[in-house]
Amino acid sequence: MPAEPLIEAVGFAAGYDAAPAISGVQFALREGQRLALLGSNGGGKTTLLRAILGELRPLAGTLAVHAACGTVPQTERSRLDYPVSALDVATMGTLAGLPWWRRPGRRERAAAARALDRVGLADLAPETFGKLSGGQRQRVLIARALVQDARVLLLDEPFSGLDRPSSERLEALIAELAREGRGVAIATHDLEQARACDLVLCLAGRQVAFGPPAEVLADVGVLEATYGGAIVELPGPRGGRAILPPHHHHDHGHGH
Amino acid sequence: MLAPLQEPFMQRALAEVVLLGAAGGAIGCWVVLYGFSYAAESLAHSIFPGLVLAAIAGVPLLLGATPAIVLAALAIALAARVAGVGREGAIAVVVTTMFGLGALLALSPRSPPGIESLLFGDVFGVTGADVATATAFVAFAAIALRLLHGRLLVAGFDRGGAPALGVSPTLADVALLVLLAAGIAIAVQGLGNLLVVAVFVGPAAAARQLSERMPATMLLAAALAALAGTAGLYLSYYAGTAGGASVALAIVVVYLLSLPLGRLRAIRRGRTLLPAGATIG
Repeated sequence: MPAEPLIEAVGFAAGYDAAPAISGVQFALREGQRLALLGSNGGGKTTLLRAILGELRPLAGTLAVHAACGTVPQTERSRLDYPVSALDVATMGTLAGLPWWRRPGRRERAAAARALDRVGLADLAPETFGKLSGGQRQRVLIARALVQDARVLLLDEPFSGLDRPSSERLEALIAELAREGRGVAIATHDLEQARACDLVLCLAGRQVAFGPPAEVLADVGVLEATYGGAIVELPGPRGGRAILPPHHHHDHGHGH
Repeated sequence: MLAPLQEPFMQRALAEVVLLGAAGGAIGCWVVLYGFSYAAESLAHSIFPGLVLAAIAGVPLLLGATPAIVLAALAIALAARVAGVGREGAIAVVVTTMFGLGALLALSPRSPPGIESLLFGDVFGVTGADVATATAFVAFAAIALRLLHGRLLVAGFDRGGAPALGVSPTLADVALLVLLAAGIAIAVQGLGNLLVVAVFVGPAAAARQLSERMPATMLLAAALAALAGTAGLYLSYYAGTAGGASVALAIVVVYLLSLPLGRLRAIRRGRTLLPAGATIG
Protein backbone atom coordinates (compact mmCIF):
# COMPACT_ATOMS: atom_id res chain seq x y z
CA MET A 1 0.00 0.00 0.00
CA PRO A 2 1.44 3.38 -0.84
CA ALA A 3 2.22 5.49 2.21
CA GLU A 4 1.05 9.06 2.72
CA PRO A 5 2.37 11.24 -0.13
CA LEU A 6 5.43 13.38 0.57
CA ILE A 7 3.87 16.17 -1.49
CA GLU A 8 0.25 16.46 -2.55
CA ALA A 9 -1.35 19.22 -4.61
CA VAL A 10 -5.08 19.55 -5.14
CA GLY A 11 -6.39 22.21 -7.55
CA PHE A 12 -3.37 24.30 -6.64
CA ALA A 13 -2.62 27.72 -8.13
CA ALA A 14 0.14 30.16 -7.22
CA GLY A 15 1.93 33.20 -8.60
CA TYR A 16 3.84 36.33 -7.77
CA ASP A 17 0.84 38.68 -7.73
CA ALA A 18 -2.93 38.23 -8.09
CA ALA A 19 -2.56 36.50 -11.48
CA PRO A 20 -1.52 32.85 -11.11
CA ALA A 21 1.70 31.75 -12.84
CA ILE A 22 0.58 28.14 -12.45
CA SER A 23 -2.92 26.77 -11.96
CA GLY A 24 -4.84 23.52 -11.87
CA VAL A 25 -1.89 21.67 -10.36
CA GLN A 26 -2.93 18.27 -9.08
CA PHE A 27 -0.42 15.56 -8.25
CA ALA A 28 1.05 13.39 -5.51
CA LEU A 29 4.69 12.50 -5.02
CA ARG A 30 5.33 9.44 -2.89
CA GLU A 31 8.41 7.88 -1.36
CA GLY A 32 10.78 6.44 -3.91
CA GLN A 33 9.28 8.29 -6.86
CA ARG A 34 11.00 10.57 -9.34
CA LEU A 35 8.75 13.28 -10.71
CA ALA A 36 9.73 15.28 -13.78
CA LEU A 37 8.29 18.78 -14.03
CA LEU A 38 8.31 19.24 -17.77
CA GLY A 39 7.77 22.51 -19.56
CA SER A 40 9.41 25.21 -21.61
CA ASN A 41 11.02 28.29 -20.05
CA GLY A 42 8.38 30.36 -18.31
CA GLY A 43 6.08 27.36 -18.08
CA GLY A 44 6.03 27.53 -14.28
CA LYS A 45 8.50 24.79 -13.28
CA THR A 46 10.54 27.05 -11.02
CA THR A 47 7.35 28.64 -9.69
CA LEU A 48 6.11 25.21 -8.61
CA LEU A 49 9.45 24.43 -6.95
CA ARG A 50 9.25 27.72 -5.05
CA ALA A 51 5.69 26.97 -4.02
CA ILE A 52 6.80 23.57 -2.67
CA LEU A 53 9.42 25.41 -0.62
CA GLY A 54 6.64 27.54 0.84
CA GLU A 55 7.81 30.78 -0.72
CA LEU A 56 4.52 31.46 -2.50
CA ARG A 57 1.04 31.60 -1.03
CA PRO A 58 -1.60 29.48 -2.75
CA LEU A 59 -4.10 31.46 -4.81
CA ALA A 60 -6.37 28.43 -5.02
CA GLY A 61 -6.42 24.84 -3.81
CA THR A 62 -3.90 23.25 -1.48
CA LEU A 63 -0.29 22.11 -1.61
CA ALA A 64 0.67 19.88 1.30
CA VAL A 65 4.36 19.14 1.88
CA HIS A 66 4.92 16.45 4.50
CA ALA A 67 8.72 16.19 4.42
CA ALA A 68 11.82 18.34 4.67
CA CYS A 69 12.84 19.54 1.21
CA GLY A 70 16.41 20.01 0.03
CA THR A 71 17.08 22.21 -2.96
CA VAL A 72 19.58 21.72 -5.74
CA PRO A 73 19.47 25.07 -7.55
CA GLN A 74 20.91 25.79 -10.97
CA THR A 75 24.58 26.35 -10.37
CA GLU A 76 24.99 28.76 -13.26
CA ARG A 77 23.19 31.24 -11.10
CA SER A 78 25.21 30.57 -7.98
CA ARG A 79 28.27 32.73 -8.03
CA LEU A 80 31.23 30.72 -9.10
CA ASP A 81 33.70 33.03 -7.37
CA TYR A 82 32.02 32.47 -4.02
CA PRO A 83 34.72 31.78 -1.42
CA VAL A 84 33.64 28.31 -0.28
CA SER A 85 34.95 24.77 -0.67
CA ALA A 86 32.84 21.78 -1.65
CA LEU A 87 32.97 20.75 2.00
CA ASP A 88 31.72 24.20 3.08
CA VAL A 89 28.73 23.88 0.76
CA ALA A 90 27.88 20.37 2.00
CA THR A 91 28.26 21.60 5.59
CA MET A 92 25.57 24.23 4.93
CA GLY A 93 23.08 21.36 5.05
CA THR A 94 23.74 20.89 8.77
CA LEU A 95 22.39 24.37 9.62
CA ALA A 96 18.83 23.10 9.28
CA GLY A 97 19.33 20.99 12.40
CA LEU A 98 21.28 23.49 14.49
CA PRO A 99 19.92 26.21 16.80
CA TRP A 100 20.79 29.72 15.62
CA TRP A 101 23.60 30.28 18.09
CA ARG A 102 25.49 27.13 17.09
CA ARG A 103 27.81 27.03 14.16
CA PRO A 104 28.76 23.79 12.44
CA GLY A 105 31.57 22.04 14.31
CA ARG A 106 33.68 18.96 13.83
CA ARG A 107 30.75 16.56 13.94
CA GLU A 108 28.85 18.55 11.31
CA ARG A 109 31.86 18.72 9.01
CA ALA A 110 32.33 14.96 9.39
CA ALA A 111 28.72 14.42 8.34
CA ALA A 112 29.28 16.69 5.35
CA ALA A 113 32.42 14.76 4.41
CA ARG A 114 30.48 11.49 4.53
CA ALA A 115 27.82 12.95 2.24
CA LEU A 116 30.49 14.06 -0.23
CA ASP A 117 31.90 10.55 -0.13
CA ARG A 118 28.42 9.23 -0.80
CA VAL A 119 28.14 11.27 -4.02
CA GLY A 120 31.66 10.22 -5.05
CA LEU A 121 33.43 13.50 -4.33
CA ALA A 122 35.43 12.70 -1.18
CA ASP A 123 38.73 13.66 -2.79
CA LEU A 124 37.40 17.02 -4.01
CA ALA A 125 36.12 18.16 -0.58
CA PRO A 126 38.77 20.89 -0.15
CA GLU A 127 38.36 22.22 -3.71
CA THR A 128 36.73 25.61 -4.33
CA PHE A 129 33.10 25.05 -5.30
CA GLY A 130 33.26 27.30 -8.35
CA LYS A 131 36.19 25.36 -9.82
CA LEU A 132 34.28 22.09 -9.96
CA SER A 133 32.59 20.93 -13.15
CA GLY A 134 28.85 21.43 -13.58
CA GLY A 135 28.05 17.82 -12.73
CA GLN A 136 30.32 17.86 -9.68
CA ARG A 137 28.63 21.04 -8.42
CA GLN A 138 25.23 19.37 -8.76
CA ARG A 139 26.49 16.42 -6.73
CA VAL A 140 27.89 18.72 -4.03
CA LEU A 141 24.46 20.34 -3.77
CA ILE A 142 22.87 16.89 -3.56
CA ALA A 143 25.32 16.10 -0.75
CA ARG A 144 24.11 19.28 0.98
CA ALA A 145 20.52 18.00 0.76
CA LEU A 146 21.63 14.58 2.10
CA VAL A 147 23.34 16.22 5.07
CA GLN A 148 20.13 18.10 5.71
CA ASP A 149 18.42 14.68 5.68
CA ALA A 150 15.89 15.96 3.19
CA ARG A 151 13.33 13.30 2.21
CA VAL A 152 12.40 15.33 -0.83
CA LEU A 153 14.96 16.67 -3.29
CA LEU A 154 14.04 19.51 -5.60
CA LEU A 155 16.35 19.84 -8.61
CA ASP A 156 16.08 22.78 -10.98
CA GLU A 157 17.31 21.87 -14.48
CA PRO A 158 20.09 19.65 -13.06
CA PHE A 159 21.16 18.30 -16.44
CA SER A 160 21.50 21.53 -18.36
CA GLY A 161 25.04 22.07 -19.57
CA LEU A 162 26.25 18.63 -18.49
CA ASP A 163 28.13 16.33 -20.85
CA ARG A 164 26.86 12.80 -21.32
CA PRO A 165 29.00 10.98 -18.70
CA SER A 166 28.17 13.61 -16.07
CA SER A 167 24.48 13.38 -16.96
CA GLU A 168 24.48 9.62 -16.65
CA ARG A 169 26.34 9.72 -13.38
CA LEU A 170 23.85 12.25 -11.98
CA GLU A 171 20.92 10.21 -13.26
CA ALA A 172 22.27 7.10 -11.54
CA LEU A 173 22.70 9.00 -8.28
CA ILE A 174 19.13 10.32 -8.46
CA ALA A 175 17.81 6.81 -9.12
CA GLU A 176 19.77 5.53 -6.12
CA LEU A 177 18.34 8.25 -3.85
CA ALA A 178 14.83 7.36 -5.01
CA ARG A 179 15.48 3.68 -4.23
CA GLU A 180 16.30 4.74 -0.66
CA GLY A 181 12.76 6.06 -0.40
CA ARG A 182 13.32 9.72 -1.09
CA GLY A 183 11.02 11.67 -3.36
CA VAL A 184 12.75 13.57 -6.14
CA ALA A 185 11.22 16.38 -8.21
CA ILE A 186 13.23 17.42 -11.26
CA ALA A 187 12.39 20.50 -13.29
CA THR A 188 13.47 19.93 -16.87
CA HIS A 189 12.65 20.93 -20.41
CA ASP A 190 14.26 17.77 -21.74
CA LEU A 191 11.87 15.03 -22.87
CA GLU A 192 14.48 12.33 -22.56
CA GLN A 193 15.10 13.13 -18.90
CA ALA A 194 11.37 13.21 -18.25
CA ARG A 195 11.02 9.73 -19.78
CA ALA A 196 13.53 8.36 -17.30
CA CYS A 197 11.33 9.39 -14.35
CA ASP A 198 8.48 7.52 -12.70
CA LEU A 199 6.03 10.37 -13.15
CA VAL A 200 5.83 13.44 -15.30
CA LEU A 201 3.88 16.63 -14.75
CA CYS A 202 3.56 18.85 -17.84
CA LEU A 203 3.32 22.56 -17.13
CA ALA A 204 2.50 25.45 -19.44
CA GLY A 205 1.22 28.07 -17.03
CA ARG A 206 -1.38 25.49 -16.06
CA GLN A 207 -1.10 21.76 -15.57
CA VAL A 208 -1.38 20.06 -18.95
CA ALA A 209 -1.07 16.45 -17.81
CA PHE A 210 0.19 14.26 -14.99
CA GLY A 211 0.97 10.55 -14.93
CA PRO A 212 3.55 7.93 -15.89
CA PRO A 213 5.70 9.12 -18.81
CA ALA A 214 4.67 6.16 -20.98
CA GLU A 215 1.11 7.46 -20.95
CA VAL A 216 1.58 11.20 -20.76
CA LEU A 217 4.41 11.59 -23.24
CA ALA A 218 2.81 9.29 -25.81
CA ASP A 219 0.15 11.94 -26.35
CA VAL A 220 1.52 14.44 -28.85
CA GLY A 221 -1.37 16.77 -28.04
CA VAL A 222 0.01 16.98 -24.51
CA LEU A 223 3.48 17.76 -25.82
CA GLU A 224 2.16 20.43 -28.10
CA ALA A 225 0.23 22.07 -25.26
CA THR A 226 3.26 21.79 -22.97
CA TYR A 227 5.60 23.48 -25.39
CA GLY A 228 3.00 25.99 -26.54
CA GLY A 229 3.00 24.85 -30.16
CA ALA A 230 6.75 25.34 -30.47
CA ILE A 231 8.88 22.81 -32.28
CA VAL A 232 9.24 19.60 -30.31
CA GLU A 233 12.39 17.58 -30.47
CA LEU A 234 11.84 13.90 -29.92
CA PRO A 235 15.04 12.01 -29.18
CA GLY A 236 15.44 8.88 -31.21
CA PRO A 237 16.81 5.54 -29.94
CA ARG A 238 20.43 6.05 -31.10
CA GLY A 239 20.90 9.67 -30.13
CA GLY A 240 19.25 10.86 -33.35
CA ARG A 241 16.43 13.33 -33.17
CA ALA A 242 13.07 13.52 -34.87
CA ILE A 243 11.94 17.10 -35.02
CA LEU A 244 8.21 17.54 -35.19
CA PRO A 245 6.86 20.93 -36.17
CA PRO A 246 3.57 21.78 -34.44
CA HIS A 247 1.45 21.30 -37.60
CA HIS A 248 2.75 17.83 -38.17
CA HIS A 249 1.76 16.12 -34.96
CA HIS A 250 -1.54 17.96 -34.76
CA ASP A 251 -2.97 15.26 -37.04
CA HIS A 252 -2.04 12.48 -34.67
CA GLY A 253 -3.53 14.12 -31.62
CA HIS A 254 -7.08 12.89 -32.23
CA GLY A 255 -6.28 9.21 -32.00
CA HIS A 256 -6.42 9.14 -28.20
CA MET B 1 59.79 54.99 14.10
CA LEU B 2 58.89 54.84 17.77
CA ALA B 3 58.95 58.59 18.40
CA PRO B 4 55.29 59.17 17.50
CA LEU B 5 54.29 56.50 20.00
CA GLN B 6 55.43 58.74 22.86
CA GLU B 7 52.53 61.04 22.11
CA PRO B 8 49.27 60.10 23.89
CA PHE B 9 47.14 61.44 21.02
CA MET B 10 49.07 59.20 18.63
CA GLN B 11 48.62 56.17 20.89
CA ARG B 12 44.88 56.73 20.97
CA ALA B 13 44.73 57.31 17.21
CA LEU B 14 46.68 54.10 16.58
CA ALA B 15 44.47 52.09 18.92
CA GLU B 16 41.40 53.50 17.16
CA VAL B 17 42.53 52.68 13.60
CA VAL B 18 43.81 49.22 14.51
CA LEU B 19 40.62 48.30 16.38
CA LEU B 20 38.19 49.73 13.85
CA GLY B 21 40.34 48.54 10.97
CA ALA B 22 40.15 44.97 12.27
CA ALA B 23 36.38 45.11 12.78
CA GLY B 24 35.71 47.07 9.60
CA GLY B 25 37.91 44.79 7.51
CA ALA B 26 36.14 41.65 8.73
CA ILE B 27 32.62 43.09 8.40
CA GLY B 28 33.61 44.58 5.05
CA CYS B 29 34.25 41.10 3.60
CA TRP B 30 30.54 40.36 3.95
CA VAL B 31 29.65 43.84 2.67
CA VAL B 32 31.67 43.22 -0.49
CA LEU B 33 30.42 39.63 -0.88
CA TYR B 34 26.78 40.74 -0.55
CA GLY B 35 27.25 43.61 -2.98
CA PHE B 36 26.42 46.15 -0.27
CA SER B 37 29.29 48.53 -1.00
CA TYR B 38 26.94 51.18 -2.39
CA ALA B 39 24.63 50.78 0.60
CA ALA B 40 27.65 51.23 2.89
CA GLU B 41 28.64 54.47 1.24
CA SER B 42 25.06 55.67 1.33
CA LEU B 43 24.59 54.91 5.00
CA ALA B 44 27.79 56.76 5.80
CA HIS B 45 26.73 59.88 3.92
CA SER B 46 23.21 59.92 5.25
CA ILE B 47 24.33 60.21 8.87
CA PHE B 48 25.81 63.65 8.13
CA PRO B 49 22.87 65.69 9.53
CA GLY B 50 23.01 63.66 12.75
CA LEU B 51 26.71 64.41 13.10
CA VAL B 52 26.17 68.13 12.54
CA LEU B 53 23.38 68.24 15.12
CA ALA B 54 25.56 66.38 17.62
CA ALA B 55 28.40 68.84 16.98
CA ILE B 56 26.05 71.81 17.47
CA ALA B 57 24.65 70.30 20.66
CA GLY B 58 28.16 69.42 21.86
CA VAL B 59 27.34 65.74 22.51
CA PRO B 60 29.33 62.68 21.36
CA LEU B 61 28.96 62.12 17.62
CA LEU B 62 27.62 58.60 18.18
CA LEU B 63 24.48 60.10 19.74
CA GLY B 64 23.79 61.97 16.51
CA ALA B 65 24.90 59.23 14.15
CA THR B 66 22.75 56.47 15.60
CA PRO B 67 19.29 58.04 15.12
CA ALA B 68 20.32 59.38 11.71
CA ILE B 69 21.41 55.96 10.48
CA VAL B 70 18.22 54.31 11.74
CA LEU B 71 16.17 57.05 10.04
CA ALA B 72 18.11 56.62 6.79
CA ALA B 73 17.70 52.84 6.81
CA LEU B 74 13.94 53.14 7.41
CA ALA B 75 13.60 55.83 4.75
CA ILE B 76 15.45 53.66 2.22
CA ALA B 77 13.26 50.67 3.06
CA LEU B 78 10.08 52.77 2.68
CA ALA B 79 11.19 54.63 -0.46
CA ALA B 80 12.09 51.33 -2.14
CA ARG B 81 8.43 50.27 -1.77
CA VAL B 82 7.20 53.18 -3.88
CA ALA B 83 6.33 51.74 -7.27
CA GLY B 84 8.88 52.55 -9.96
CA VAL B 85 11.57 53.78 -7.58
CA GLY B 86 13.53 50.61 -6.84
CA ARG B 87 16.35 50.11 -4.38
CA GLU B 88 19.10 52.09 -6.09
CA GLY B 89 16.77 55.01 -6.72
CA ALA B 90 15.51 54.93 -3.15
CA ILE B 91 19.05 55.01 -1.80
CA ALA B 92 20.00 57.91 -4.07
CA VAL B 93 16.93 59.96 -3.05
CA VAL B 94 17.38 59.37 0.67
CA VAL B 95 21.12 59.96 0.67
CA THR B 96 21.00 63.24 -1.23
CA THR B 97 18.15 64.45 0.99
CA MET B 98 19.98 63.56 4.20
CA PHE B 99 23.35 64.83 3.04
CA GLY B 100 21.77 68.05 1.79
CA LEU B 101 20.05 68.51 5.12
CA GLY B 102 23.39 68.04 6.84
CA ALA B 103 25.07 70.59 4.57
CA LEU B 104 22.25 73.06 5.25
CA LEU B 105 22.73 72.64 8.99
CA ALA B 106 26.51 72.78 8.75
CA LEU B 107 26.49 76.03 6.80
CA SER B 108 24.07 77.81 9.13
CA PRO B 109 25.52 80.68 11.20
CA ARG B 110 24.82 78.79 14.45
CA SER B 111 27.14 75.92 13.55
CA PRO B 112 30.38 75.76 15.47
CA PRO B 113 33.65 76.10 13.52
CA GLY B 114 35.55 72.97 12.53
CA ILE B 115 32.60 71.27 10.89
CA GLU B 116 34.93 69.95 8.18
CA SER B 117 36.29 67.48 10.71
CA LEU B 118 32.90 65.76 10.42
CA LEU B 119 33.46 65.29 6.72
CA PHE B 120 37.10 64.26 6.82
CA GLY B 121 37.42 62.95 10.35
CA ASP B 122 39.63 63.90 13.23
CA VAL B 123 41.53 60.76 14.05
CA PHE B 124 44.03 62.56 16.27
CA GLY B 125 41.17 64.00 18.29
CA VAL B 126 39.82 60.65 19.49
CA THR B 127 39.36 60.43 23.25
CA GLY B 128 39.89 57.59 25.68
CA ALA B 129 36.11 57.08 25.63
CA ASP B 130 36.20 56.73 21.83
CA VAL B 131 38.84 54.01 22.11
CA ALA B 132 36.77 52.24 24.77
CA THR B 133 33.73 52.37 22.46
CA ALA B 134 35.82 50.97 19.61
CA THR B 135 37.06 48.14 21.86
CA ALA B 136 33.51 47.26 22.86
CA PHE B 137 32.47 47.30 19.22
CA VAL B 138 35.30 44.98 18.20
CA ALA B 139 34.18 42.48 20.86
CA PHE B 140 30.56 42.80 19.74
CA ALA B 141 31.44 42.42 16.07
CA ALA B 142 33.66 39.39 16.74
CA ILE B 143 30.87 37.60 18.60
CA ALA B 144 28.22 38.58 16.05
CA LEU B 145 30.34 37.50 13.07
CA ARG B 146 31.13 34.19 14.72
CA LEU B 147 27.48 33.46 15.48
CA LEU B 148 26.24 34.63 12.09
CA HIS B 149 29.00 33.08 9.97
CA GLY B 150 27.24 29.95 8.73
CA ARG B 151 23.97 31.74 8.07
CA LEU B 152 25.56 34.66 6.25
CA LEU B 153 27.48 32.17 4.14
CA VAL B 154 24.34 30.24 3.16
CA ALA B 155 22.19 33.30 2.44
CA GLY B 156 24.90 34.86 0.29
CA PHE B 157 25.53 31.60 -1.56
CA ASP B 158 22.02 30.62 -2.46
CA ARG B 159 19.19 32.96 -1.45
CA GLY B 160 16.54 30.69 -2.92
CA GLY B 161 17.70 27.59 -1.08
CA ALA B 162 18.49 29.27 2.24
CA PRO B 163 14.93 29.13 3.68
CA ALA B 164 14.88 25.34 3.20
CA LEU B 165 17.91 25.26 5.52
CA GLY B 166 16.14 27.40 8.11
CA VAL B 167 17.98 30.57 7.14
CA SER B 168 16.13 33.77 6.24
CA PRO B 169 18.04 35.80 3.61
CA THR B 170 16.19 38.95 4.69
CA LEU B 171 17.27 38.49 8.30
CA ALA B 172 20.83 37.89 7.12
CA ASP B 173 20.72 41.17 5.15
CA VAL B 174 19.31 43.06 8.13
CA ALA B 175 21.87 41.61 10.55
CA LEU B 176 24.71 42.58 8.22
CA LEU B 177 23.34 46.09 7.67
CA VAL B 178 22.90 46.63 11.43
CA LEU B 179 26.49 45.54 12.01
CA LEU B 180 27.66 47.80 9.19
CA ALA B 181 25.62 50.76 10.41
CA ALA B 182 26.97 50.40 13.95
CA GLY B 183 30.51 50.20 12.59
CA ILE B 184 30.05 53.30 10.45
CA ALA B 185 28.51 55.28 13.30
CA ILE B 186 31.51 54.47 15.49
CA ALA B 187 34.26 54.79 12.88
CA VAL B 188 33.00 58.11 11.52
CA GLN B 189 34.74 59.96 14.38
CA GLY B 190 38.17 59.04 13.12
CA LEU B 191 37.76 58.80 9.36
CA GLY B 192 34.99 61.27 8.74
CA ASN B 193 31.77 61.10 6.86
CA LEU B 194 33.29 60.99 3.39
CA LEU B 195 36.10 58.51 4.02
CA VAL B 196 34.69 56.04 6.56
CA VAL B 197 33.44 53.71 3.83
CA ALA B 198 37.05 53.13 2.76
CA VAL B 199 37.75 50.93 5.78
CA PHE B 200 34.68 48.79 5.09
CA VAL B 201 35.30 48.26 1.39
CA GLY B 202 39.00 48.69 0.54
CA PRO B 203 40.70 46.07 2.72
CA ALA B 204 37.94 43.54 2.06
CA ALA B 205 38.16 44.05 -1.69
CA ALA B 206 41.95 43.62 -1.48
CA ALA B 207 41.73 40.47 0.67
CA ARG B 208 39.17 39.02 -1.74
CA GLN B 209 41.85 39.06 -4.45
CA LEU B 210 44.20 37.06 -2.31
CA SER B 211 42.07 34.39 -0.67
CA GLU B 212 39.39 31.88 -1.62
CA ARG B 213 37.93 31.05 1.77
CA MET B 214 35.84 33.34 3.89
CA PRO B 215 37.60 32.99 7.28
CA ALA B 216 41.00 33.57 5.70
CA THR B 217 39.67 36.54 3.72
CA MET B 218 38.27 38.09 6.89
CA LEU B 219 41.48 37.67 8.86
CA LEU B 220 43.51 39.06 6.00
CA ALA B 221 41.18 42.04 5.53
CA ALA B 222 41.33 42.82 9.24
CA ALA B 223 45.12 42.70 9.17
CA LEU B 224 45.38 44.78 5.99
CA ALA B 225 43.01 47.41 7.41
CA ALA B 226 44.97 47.66 10.66
CA LEU B 227 48.22 47.86 8.70
CA ALA B 228 46.91 50.52 6.33
CA GLY B 229 45.51 52.48 9.26
CA THR B 230 48.88 52.47 10.99
CA ALA B 231 50.71 53.40 7.80
CA GLY B 232 48.25 56.23 7.19
CA LEU B 233 48.79 57.64 10.67
CA TYR B 234 52.56 57.58 10.27
CA LEU B 235 52.25 59.30 6.92
CA SER B 236 50.05 61.93 8.48
CA TYR B 237 52.44 62.41 11.43
CA TYR B 238 55.55 62.88 9.32
CA ALA B 239 54.11 64.48 6.18
CA GLY B 240 51.60 66.66 7.96
CA THR B 241 48.72 65.38 5.84
CA ALA B 242 45.17 65.07 7.17
CA GLY B 243 44.75 61.96 9.35
CA GLY B 244 41.55 60.47 7.90
CA ALA B 245 42.59 61.16 4.32
CA SER B 246 46.02 59.57 4.89
CA VAL B 247 44.40 56.40 6.24
CA ALA B 248 42.03 56.31 3.26
CA LEU B 249 44.99 56.80 0.92
CA ALA B 250 46.89 53.93 2.53
CA ILE B 251 43.84 51.71 2.11
CA VAL B 252 43.64 52.58 -1.58
CA VAL B 253 47.35 51.76 -1.97
CA VAL B 254 46.80 48.37 -0.30
CA TYR B 255 43.94 47.69 -2.69
CA LEU B 256 45.98 48.68 -5.74
CA LEU B 257 48.85 46.44 -4.60
CA SER B 258 46.45 43.54 -4.20
CA LEU B 259 45.40 43.64 -7.85
CA PRO B 260 48.67 42.45 -9.46
CA LEU B 261 49.24 40.07 -6.54
CA GLY B 262 45.82 38.54 -7.01
CA ARG B 263 46.43 38.20 -10.74
CA LEU B 264 49.77 36.52 -10.12
CA ARG B 265 48.17 34.15 -7.68
CA ALA B 266 45.41 33.27 -10.12
CA ILE B 267 47.93 32.51 -12.84
CA ARG B 268 50.03 30.37 -10.53
CA ARG B 269 46.94 28.39 -9.59
CA GLY B 270 46.15 27.81 -13.25
CA ARG B 271 43.04 29.91 -13.19
CA THR B 272 43.93 32.07 -16.15
CA LEU B 273 40.81 33.27 -17.86
CA LEU B 274 40.78 32.46 -21.52
CA PRO B 275 38.92 34.65 -23.97
CA ALA B 276 35.60 33.23 -25.12
CA GLY B 277 36.04 30.48 -27.67
CA ALA B 278 39.71 29.92 -26.91
CA THR B 279 40.92 26.41 -26.40
CA ILE B 280 43.90 25.03 -24.56
CA GLY B 281 46.61 23.22 -26.49
